Amino acid sequence: MTVTIFVPRDSTALALGANETAAAIEREAKARGIDIKLVRNGSRGMFWLEPLVEVATDAGRIGFGPIEEHEVAGLFDAGFTTGGSHPKALGLTEEIPYLKKQERLQFVRVGITDPVSLEDYLAHDGYVGLKKAIAMEPAAIVQEVTDSGLRGRGGAAFPTGIKWKTVLGAEAAQKYIACNADEGDSGTFSDRMVMEDDPFMLIEGMTIAGLAVKATEGYIYVRSEYPHSIANLNEAIVAANAAGYLGENILGSGRTFNLQVRKAAGAYVCGEETAMLESIEGKRGMVRAKPPLPALQGLFGQPTVINNVISLSAVPLILSRGAEFYKNYGMGRSRGTLPMQLAGNLKYGGLVEKAFGVTLRELLYDFGGGSESGRPIRAVQVGGPLGAYMPESLFDTPFDYEAFAAVASTVGHGGLVAFDDTVDMAKQARYAMHFCAEESCGKCTPCRIGSTRGVEVMDKIIANQNRPQQIHLLRDLCDVMVTGSLCAMGNMTPFPVLSALNHFPEDFGDQKTLANAA
Amino acid sequence: MNTQTPFDLAAVEAIIAQRKATPGALLPILHDIQGVVGYIPPSIVPAIAEGLNISRAEVHGVITYYHFFRQHPVGEHVVQICRAEACQARGCESLADHAKELLGCDFHGTTDDNKFTLQTVYCLGQCASGPAIQIDDDLYARVSKEKFNSLIQAKRGVQ
Ligand SMILES: Cc1cc2nc3c(=O)[nH]c(=O)nc-3n(C[C@H](O)[C@H](O)[C@H](O)COP(=O)(O)O)c2cc1C
Ligand code: SF4
Ligand code: FES
Repeated sequence: MTVTIFVPRDSTALALGANETAAAIEREAKARGIDIKLVRNGSRGMFWLEPLVEVATDAGRIGFGPIEEHEVAGLFDAGFTTGGSHPKALGLTEEIPYLKKQERLQFVRVGITDPVSLEDYLAHDGYVGLKKAIAMEPAAIVQEVTDSGLRGRGGAAFPTGIKWKTVLGAEAAQKYIACNADEGDSGTFSDRMVMEDDPFMLIEGMTIAGLAVKATEGYIYVRSEYPHSIANLNEAIVAANAAGYLGENILGSGRTFNLQVRKAAGAYVCGEETAMLESIEGKRGMVRAKPPLPALQGLFGQPTVINNVISLSAVPLILSRGAEFYKNYGMGRSRGTLPMQLAGNLKYGGLVEKAFGVTLRELLYDFGGGSESGRPIRAVQVGGPLGAYMPESLFDTPFDYEAFAAVASTVGHGGLVAFDDTVDMAKQARYAMHFCAEESCGKCTPCRIGSTRGVEVMDKIIANQNRPQQIHLLRDLCDVMVTGSLCAMGNMTPFPVLSALNHFPEDFGDQKTLANAA
Repeated sequence: MNTQTPFDLAAVEAIIAQRKATPGALLPILHDIQGVVGYIPPSIVPAIAEGLNISRAEVHGVITYYHFFRQHPVGEHVVQICRAEACQARGCESLADHAKELLGCDFHGTTDDNKFTLQTVYCLGQCASGPAIQIDDDLYARVSKEKFNSLIQAKRGVQ
């Protein structure tokens, strides 16, 4: 009997040796005359277990991990393909609490299927949403997305349906869907996992978006740091075209949607939507002033839907299960689920999809298991390099756009980076300014020059030169950046800087100097 | 270090000819050229400008704007160390110091034997498993100093 064995092809698994493990499994099986079928699936998102080897059994998939190349022979010795016990056996993968406690609506196939197999995608409820959408009027699709309460997952949390409605209402011979897959924020990898581990979900979501707003061309702008995403997307696009899910006359509907991948070139600010458009057009990624809205004059001057990978790939689910189903998850005005990314100094880093409302503390401790170093977690940066550093006193904040805003923080793209008590928050504030100086597009003086001044001021604070005066200056600078910048690069860099200063003043000098500076 | 090495001009011109009708062709062209040559030779800028009917200044502006494009040849292997927040929280700065010492060059520098160029990268999407590095096209996660040493040794041909 053939035994099916799974070894992930997700890039984190690869970075931890999955290809070597997979090759060793094939070698050993052959040498021992065991008939296996090796599937290269996506990752379950439990990265401390990668490479995670799974064996299909009648009861479900049994996991073993992490398994390095040199441990493979031992696995076979233990008879892992026939229920033998092994110190690294994890039991049924689905029963691992980290997975079991999640609400995987969107990441339902991730880690289970072979990402580039259309057959596998179809066997796991793939393209159910598109088939429904084809039978609907464009306005009805837009309404469904609006009713779901979906808000943009790229950071700004703007209601997706409203954006689509503007594009649908715009008259133009050519409209576009542009997917923002620049995922530049440190501590985030959910876009990457969708593109590498379930690319058809994004392709289906973009196709539905095309039908909804009558756009026939789509671009996916992927950061150059993600070669595996680019390769898997391209492979999936070829398969979707060949099977009539993309291109002309989609599934016999007479509708057209063409899709292509564009490779970015390592500029963080090109994640800002208008800078991204400039970049796709082949120019420097300078931020455009709004208005005009990209929904009316976007890519090549035409009406354009711009959405993040996670926003677009939530759409198949919303169409297949209905707006009502999606909306029933979440809290307040934050509806549905969010794939949260547990990163930095955590014992169990990985991807956790939960409905909005889960607290930071639950994610850090119930899922993340506390710090990997074993020291207390002192600060958590949520939402990437433009996100605030949150202290322990804010760990009970629920994930909800409004609740985060109320404590001067942002959910952003749902990445959280944990630091233990060895972190120096003045250094982190300096880094935030330095990053802004490196990545600024240069259009506004407060962002371009202010951030460079900010680094100098932080250097003086760190060197204990005239601290009260320098801290005063730092606050002034942040004020100017907030009010005088065109985009969030300049006007949100003060978030990490001021949160570090306000929540961790002891790292900026003693309390007395600070009292004088206030 | 010399800034110009011989390259296959015909191949580069073929890229321009093949791509120039694509909307927004400049970035795809630059990616392809860097893929073939290893960098964007400044001497090719006029041909790109002519092919796309834009000014040389515009082409130059784009090349210099993006961190990914380089105008000089690099060492045989490019070693990129992620130095963004999530990797900072997992000790990437001490790995970065170690790398500089081991290779004997600074960031943006190339070793004397032209074997390695050391670069900073901000996030490789491996943020749960840092420190993360990339050597040429291969990613490595949870990179300790010992692991870094053995990776470099393997590239030097010492096992
Ligand atoms: C400096 C900067 C970087 C950004 N980077 C990204 C990014 O990498 N990915 C993303 O989806 N949105 C990013 N955004 C937000 C986009 O401008 C935009 O809001 C988003 O792509 C819209 O899609 P959504 O509504 O689906 O979230 C960035 C914004 C700024 C100001
Ligand atoms: S705030 Fe900074 S990045 Fe944004 S437009 Fe102004 S200069 Fe460019
Ligand atoms: S921060 Fe280093 S890989 Fe993301």
